[in-house]
Amino acid sequence: MENLIALLVAAPLLGAAVLLCGGRRLDRAGHWIGTVLAAASFVVGAVLFTDMLGKGAEDRTLRQHLYSWIPVEGFQADVAFQLDQLSMTFVLLITGVGTLIHIYSIGYMEHDERRRRFFGYLNLFLAAMLILVIADNYLLLYVGWEGVGLASYLLIGFWQHKPSAATAAKKAFLVNRVGDIGLSIAIMLMFTTFGTFAFGPVFEATGDTSEGKLTAIGLMLLLAACGKSAQVPLQSWLGDAMEGPTPVSALIHAATMVTAGVYLIVRSGAVFNGAPDAQLVVVVVGAVTLLFGAIVGCAKDDIKKALAGSTMSQIGYMILAAGLGPIGYVFAIMHLVTHGFFKAGLFLGAGSVMHGMNDEVDMRRYGGLRKFMPVTFVTFGLGYLAIIGFPGLSGFFSKDMIIEAAFAKGGTEGWILGSVTLLGAAITAFYMTRVMLMTFFGEKRWQPDAEGHEPHPHESPKSMTIPMIVLAFGSVFAGGFFSLGDRFLHWLEPVTGHDHGHAPVSAATVTAATMVVLVIGVAIAWAMYGRRPVPAVAPRGSLLTRAARRDLLQDDFNHVVLVRGGEHLTRSLVYVDHTLVDGVVNGTAASMGGLSGRLRKLQNGYARSYAVSMFGGAAVLIAATLLMRAV
Amino acid sequence: MSFPLLTATAALPAIGAIATAAVPAARRTAAKWLALAVSLATLVLAGIVFARFEPGGDRYQLTESHAWIKDFGVRYELGVDGIGVALLALTALLIPFVILAGWHDADVLETNSSRWRPTQGFFALILMVEAMVILSFVATDVFLFYILFEAMLIPMYFLIGGFGDRAHSGSDENAAAQRSYAAVKFLLYNLAGGLIMLAAVIGLYVVAGSFSLSEIAEARANGSLDMATSTERWLFLGFFFAFAVKAPLWPLHTWLPNAMGEATTPVAVLITAVVDKVGTFAMLRFCLQLFPEASKWATPVILVLALISIVYGALLAVGQRDIKRLIAYASISHFGFIVLGIFAMTSQGQSGATLYMVNHGLSTAALMLVAGFLITRRGSRLIADYGGVQKVAPVLAGTFLVGGLATLSLPGLAPFVSEFLVLVGAFSAYPVVGIIATVGIVLAALYVLVLYQRTMTGPVREGIGGMPDLKVRELAVALPLIALLIFLGVFPQPLTEVVNPAVQHTMHDVQKKDPQPEVEAAK
Repeated sequence: MENLIALLVAAPLLGAAVLLCGGRRLDRAGHWIGTVLAAASFVVGAVLFTDMLGKGAEDRTLRQHLYSWIPVEGFQADVAFQLDQLSMTFVLLITGVGTLIHIYSIGYMEHDERRRRFFGYLNLFLAAMLILVIADNYLLLYVGWEGVGLASYLLIGFWQHKPSAATAAKKAFLVNRVGDIGLSIAIMLMFTTFGTFAFGPVFEATGDTSEGKLTAIGLMLLLAACGKSAQVPLQSWLGDAMEGPTPVSALIHAATMVTAGVYLIVRSGAVFNGAPDAQLVVVVVGAVTLLFGAIVGCAKDDIKKALAGSTMSQIGYMILAAGLGPIGYVFAIMHLVTHGFFKAGLFLGAGSVMHGMNDEVDMRRYGGLRKFMPVTFVTFGLGYLAIIGFPGLSGFFSKDMIIEAAFAKGGTEGWILGSVTLLGAAITAFYMTRVMLMTFFGEKRWQPDAEGHEPHPHESPKSMTIPMIVLAFGSVFAGGFFSLGDRFLHWLEPVTGHDHGHAPVSAATVTAATMVVLVIGVAIAWAMYGRRPVPAVAPRGSLLTRAARRDLLQDDFNHVVLVRGGEHLTRSLVYVDHTLVDGVVNGTAASMGGLSGRLRKLQNGYARSYAVSMFGGAAVLIAATLLMRAV
Repeated sequence: MSFPLLTATAALPAIGAIATAAVPAARRTAAKWLALAVSLATLVLAGIVFARFEPGGDRYQLTESHAWIKDFGVRYELGVDGIGVALLALTALLIPFVILAGWHDADVLETNSSRWRPTQGFFALILMVEAMVILSFVATDVFLFYILFEAMLIPMYFLIGGFGDRAHSGSDENAAAQRSYAAVKFLLYNLAGGLIMLAAVIGLYVVAGSFSLSEIAEARANGSLDMATSTERWLFLGFFFAFAVKAPLWPLHTWLPNAMGEATTPVAVLITAVVDKVGTFAMLRFCLQLFPEASKWATPVILVLALISIVYGALLAVGQRDIKRLIAYASISHFGFIVLGIFAMTSQGQSGATLYMVNHGLSTAALMLVAGFLITRRGSRLIADYGGVQKVAPVLAGTFLVGGLATLSLPGLAPFVSEFLVLVGAFSAYPVVGIIATVGIVLAALYVLVLYQRTMTGPVREGIGGMPDLKVRELAVALPLIALLIFLGVFPQPLTEVVNPAVQHTMHDVQKKDPQPEVEAAK
């Protein structure tokens, strides 16, 4: 059975290779090849999953050792896989949601002449993400980690002829690279501390080292997670990443990429458990991002960017939960899975709306679409109910658990975190209701596009609606299914461990509080966007709104400090190199042997003779010295 | 006596060079094919050397030794170790691509001069460089090495000065002047380094009474040759200076952007991917082996210079407006990594540095040669003259991207393996140094992706419209290099296998042991 693990990666990797190297003759079948191979990977995952269920909870981990990758004295990095319950959960999410997004893309990208390449990149994305979650050591994880970065670079910049897309892609890769510094240093620290960076040995040895070392490793891993999972302060790439085709957004936000950071932290639980200071930083990052994303999500009129803010915020929930330690690991992953369903559904729904509206993204130019796109409306609506935590739907269960866990952290910290998560839930209810109302309800505010085409909203083809329906099912039922009899908890506990914490209030109280903030959030949104007509042009808004529209000014900060500052630095360095370094070195040489004088006279055309004379001089010198020696 | 395989591997391209030069003026296409055939035959010989080399065997294998200048104990002494064999293989591998990529580089000179034979000369010079570089990787006599180290400047000088890049923004005269400046700057810098080395070589002979690497190293190891600390340091500095010019290390790097910018791209590849490697190779072989104590004494300063090279080279690459100069500065940054790995004096660092030499050769060749195909099409080296190439020439853009990704050390491609080893090796000995070096990871992504974005993406610019995609000859250059980058990224074992034992010898020479992991050290 364990020999099947490599197949998980091999199928999409083969797809990527074939589609990207195959050339035009595969144009007609390319999307099918890509989809079938993604589905094949899912089937392999399902087979392994069934096999895993048949075994006892303690011996479910499968290992496959392929070969020794970098055998250097004292350093061992292998290409070896490990499939346990945590990896399995990700494998099913990645391949399952990934396959649905493939199917959706067949319709969505139908008119794009580079569709084959698009599917090649999608397959590459899946393969990289799968390597990331089934690697059995940090260095191989790093390969998947950067592979995801590459695939996202290619996909965000898929419409490369648009300068904005190319810039967004570059930005995503660069910001992620900053995070990669963290991963590199973490691996190097593990190597110098434990002599290895394979999961098993590292986690076993965490008890033998100092808390300081673990804290350092933990913080570096967090830096890496911030990059991939778009957490403050490395979140700035996520909004721009909307430049990619919509299925890419669904893939990045739901099944791959941004979930990687959460995986990294939960996987490294043993390190974080021994480093409370690092955990504290993790929860702070999670809490800040949770609010940051939610606030940004409230202000955006671009439907995809509003959803992007929402993703940031929801991942903030997961990071926060992961930072709580064993109290939160399971719920971080559970929310990750349910979020995978509804966020993929929401993005595909948004793509379906855009598809019917001449690629318009401004929600102020939507309105009243529910009559024209019934399937999109219903599936998007279910995703909406799930994300705000409507009772009985997926998000209700998973988010509620995180809020409870936050309180259960105990002490003042618990109260603060609990309140932040509740506040986040209220804002979530607000901005998602806003999206829903602006898009599907109210008056038509449609406007012709730049070329003067009137929009004719229509429902999308089956290849697009079927994946949306499937995801809607997941959005509705997954949470309940996982929570019934604590299924998900029992499934993951052997890997992540679990701790109930010290809840200061009862679970029922937390749920009630959650319901109250939910109603408040929805009510405010309705008062602002449901009761009154939505202006087709955005009002000026308060200072906070304007800042939030600009992603709370982080880009402006980056631009002034990093971009401008960097440009000045490199330009002045170019000048320094040309005049100072070159000049000083030549000058020093001149004082010793007239080198610069020769250099200056080069333009006169005597260059060759100088060189020859110098070389001749060297020859004479050699001969003379040898002769002297002989005599 | 066994067949002198190493001599044959070096002699073949040398003889081939003479034969190529002798091809009649009218038969220049034949000269090209002859040069290509010779380079391929050399590759076969190098392959045999690689295959015959036993990783677990003696330190130096396939040895040859003949008296040469008896009076001074100069011997023609050859032998190859794991580091030399890796670089020898790299050299033999790259030359056919260099020749193939430069297939038409000399054509333009044919039209206006009938007396000298530029095509024949161009390819003969390339083969001559190959012969000298190969011999320098296997020379185990210090004097023999020195002669080659200097002699290879001559063909390189003519390749840079005589066959410049035609894609020049200035007038023809201006271009000729800049080319000439670049060639002479290259020559003078390297000659200056060489002269100082010469003094050190003679000094070494005075002290040791021999030029034989193995004899001196042995005498040093068993204590029969005792050098005064100051003598050793001076001699070390003499050698190191020459190698640091060639490598090149900050602040002695300024000749490289000129030389790589003005030379045609295949020659630029020859400079940075092949000839410069002799510098870093020689640091490992001569500096560390002959002067272990002085090497350790100088380590702090050298590490700082390496760090400056890494960061400074990368920042300057970001600021370049000329594609070729950008790649040149990127190379300076990469040479910083190589030197860092060598002087970290850990197994991972030195294995990493050796792999880095090979991988940097492959990645720079891929990026630079494809950049050359691009530049030839548009007739400009300025980044600003490009835009939207991927729309009209997707294969060219794709191969360029892979070359770029290799340059930024993407995991899965060969350079990642070596860069990570260097980082880990440096970090385990000097944590702060390792951390600063990781900045290079981000900066490399910056200069590569900015270059790609400005040239390949966006709307199709004027002058790019009808650009043809890669042709068969060009694909024959780009695709095998990419395949190798992927193969060695996924499965570097064939290289690590030969390199590891050699690195252990060097570690033994400098009497350094790897730092123990903290957890084990505590037990």
